Amino acid sequence: MLYIERWKTYFIIAVCLFGVLYASPNLMGKQTLAWMQANLPSVLPTQTVNLGLDLRGGSYLLLQVDLDVVIEERLQSLLDQIRGDLRKAKVGYTDLALKDQKIRFNVTDQASGSAVKTLLREVDNAMDVHVEGTSFVVAMSEAQLFERRRLALDQSIEIVRRRIDETGTREPSIQRQGDDRILVQLPGMDDPERIKNLLGQTAKLSFRLVDEAASMDPTQRVPPTAERMPSQESDRQNWVVQKRVMVSGDMLVDAQPSFQEGSPVVSFRFDSQGGRRFGEATRANVGRLFAIVLDGKVISAPVIREPILGGSGVISGNFTTQSAQDLALLLRAGALPAPIKVLEERTVGPGLGADSIKAGAYASVMGLVLVIIAVFITYGGVFGAIANIALLFNIALIFAALSFLQATLTLPGIAGIVLTIGMAVDANVLIYERIREEIRLGRSAIVALDAGYKHAMSSIIDANLTTLIASILLFIFGSGTIKGFAVTLSIGIVASIFTGVMLARLLTVWWTQVARPKVIPI
Amino acid sequence: MFLRPWNFIPHNTKIDFVAKRWWGFSATLLLTLATVISLALNGLNLGIDFKGGILIEAKAPQAVDLATLRGALGSLNLGEVTLQEFGSPTDVLISVQRQEGDETAQQRAVQLIREKMGTSYEYRRVEVVGPTVGKELFQAGVLATFFAVLAIAIYVGFRFEWQFGVAAFTATLHDVLVTVGLYSVFQLDFNLTAIAALLTLAGYSINDTVVVFDRIRETLRRHKATNLKDVINDSVNQTLSRTLMTAGVTILALLPLLISGGPTLFNFSVAITWGILVGTYSSIYVAASFLLYMPPLRRIDLKKK
Repeated sequence: MLYIERWKTYFIIAVCLFGVLYASPNLMGKQTLAWMQANLPSVLPTQTVNLGLDLRGGSYLLLQVDLDVVIEERLQSLLDQIRGDLRKAKVGYTDLALKDQKIRFNVTDQASGSAVKTLLREVDNAMDVHVEGTSFVVAMSEAQLFERRRLALDQSIEIVRRRIDETGTREPSIQRQGDDRILVQLPGMDDPERIKNLLGQTAKLSFRLVDEAASMDPTQRVPPTAERMPSQESDRQNWVVQKRVMVSGDMLVDAQPSFQEGSPVVSFRFDSQGGRRFGEATRANVGRLFAIVLDGKVISAPVIREPILGGSGVISGNFTTQSAQDLALLLRAGALPAPIKVLEERTVGPGLGADSIKAGAYASVMGLVLVIIAVFITYGGVFGAIANIALLFNIALIFAALSFLQATLTLPGIAGIVLTIGMAVDANVLIYERIREEIRLGRSAIVALDAGYKHAMSSIIDANLTTLIASILLFIFGSGTIKGFAVTLSIGIVASIFTGVMLARLLTVWWTQVARPKVIPI
Repeated sequence: MFLRPWNFIPHNTKIDFVAKRWWGFSATLLLTLATVISLALNGLNLGIDFKGGILIEAKAPQAVDLATLRGALGSLNLGEVTLQEFGSPTDVLISVQRQEGDETAQQRAVQLIREKMGTSYEYRRVEVVGPTVGKELFQAGVLATFFAVLAIAIYVGFRFEWQFGVAAFTATLHDVLVTVGLYSVFQLDFNLTAIAALLTLAGYSINDTVVVFDRIRETLRRHKATNLKDVINDSVNQTLSRTLMTAGVTILALLPLLISGGPTLFNFSVAITWGILVGTYSSIYVAASFLLYMPPLRRIDLKKK
């Protein structure tokens, strides 16, 4: 006899109710949902399916942070320090250079070896130091490298977030990916040009004195304490500025775009320490030129007319309103520790997204209707209805699970649902064909039903588990939209086992209890 | 009864599948050969996901004059630029080969194209994949497909006997390979969605194979005396109605997607539909027939039960 324990019955009904409850917000309009969120108790679900960027439109950017730059910079500053200390200690050395992330040099006098070791330890205790005769190799330890890279990536993510937030982009998602990558998703963004532009600059700002003695002719040599830099104002001009930084951009607390004599400028304010330093530097150098340097280019180099003591000032230059706004934004958000480049970009406009949803929804509904008709024709009014009810609950459960897990539904994901519709029916097909076989073998109605369910079970489980394995691997190795597809497919498989086997079985039991059939209409 | 079932699917069939296996083997050989030859001659039309490059889908207010636009974009010196109508005369799909140099070169090219095309176009989709990511995505895709098929076969090997696992592996690999062949012969855009299609049909194909295997195992247990050929024939015949119904229903569900799912999903739907046909066929002619040439199953099975 077909029999289902009472707790199982309740369980099946409960799952179905939850499915309908959690799927229902997807059928409601935006306004109804907003009203529900505001007025109904919060235990009731109001979350809808999270649409992927390919459906709702938006921009997906995969960024790579050039973390080697951070390491090189750190090593360069160590090298400068070592050079200074060696000179101070009057140790003779040759070939001091940075190569392959290692600092190498030779000591001319072998006797000074131990002194050099102590000296290096004082510079940075955690460095790996290799000594071979008179040659020294200094490198960062694995732990140090790892830690610095991790810190730089975290900091980059933070700066990227601040810059994107400052542009007013809604609901951006910024995630770390792997060792040196950042995944940025910007829903609704159909032209990420400005964002890419903003992220493409490290925005390291410094105020330095111009070396007015040096020649402006780019073929001439510059003194070792200075460097030649192009000007942002005109391509042909260049400046020779001192390497020593008077005040750097990390001491800024605020920057805003404004206007001065009708032209766009950026006004800024230092923190108290920066303000004091800026005041001292300007007081000591009245009448000289000071350069405002951003990422290796001189924005402008005005004359210091009088000491600037208030801790605030104005950067003028060849700005448009937009570029002044962008510079102010970059300065407020802070400098990136390393340059960033865009490895992968996928942008979908709102038009295509809407069209995709429309096409996908139409195809799914049509597919569903076709399948329902075919099932009715093949298995008749009773068993066709049971299979079709199970199918409808299957779809409700998929949407409920997607909403509940806040998984992302992508265009391939819709295709996954369509495919699930076809495959969800398979469980019932297996059972029904088996029941037909049992009837042909001459079994009585109830025995045939029972045997059909029992014998079909191992095929159903094996068949679905294998598909589940494929979709889990798809999730592990897949990326972006493919992951979304895998999630949908996995949910669909689990849901179809539940509805195809448990729910359909319960419905069949109820039907036999009510109809007490002598013949199975299948 | 308001609707009587219509038992139109053939049942009680007594088709001698095993005797006709040489037809099946010839077809398999032909398809596999066609795939290998096409792969050798044409290769795959790798999409920008794997090759790197730029893809832009744009919509103009009126029909796009492809020749003029092709000329304009050709003057940018970005290497190979292909334009094609995409779904309707106002829509155009522009693909640009990967630019020499690193990621910034790709970004610059996009900017140049946008400037050239102007603001009258609606940019529906812009995809830029740099060289690094393309290579990674391809490796990940190939790995995913291979491991998925392998994992499935191992599972089948455990659930049944190892002979079944080997047969299932061969059949599924055959289906994946032959579908890759479809992409190669028709030079369909082989991208990330294609990988999803391959893995989905691997899942479907194995699903179908498992159902046949399950019945073979059952028949083996029940009728110990019958020879393997009859066991396979009986099992395939008994599951035939289910096989046809499920394949039919799944294709029916995919049909609207195929017809009106839009150009983005068209290749996907074609591949899956093809995969269902091949997968159904291979369950019988590759997987089941393969068992005939494997070491005997009977004794191993009997020891267990």
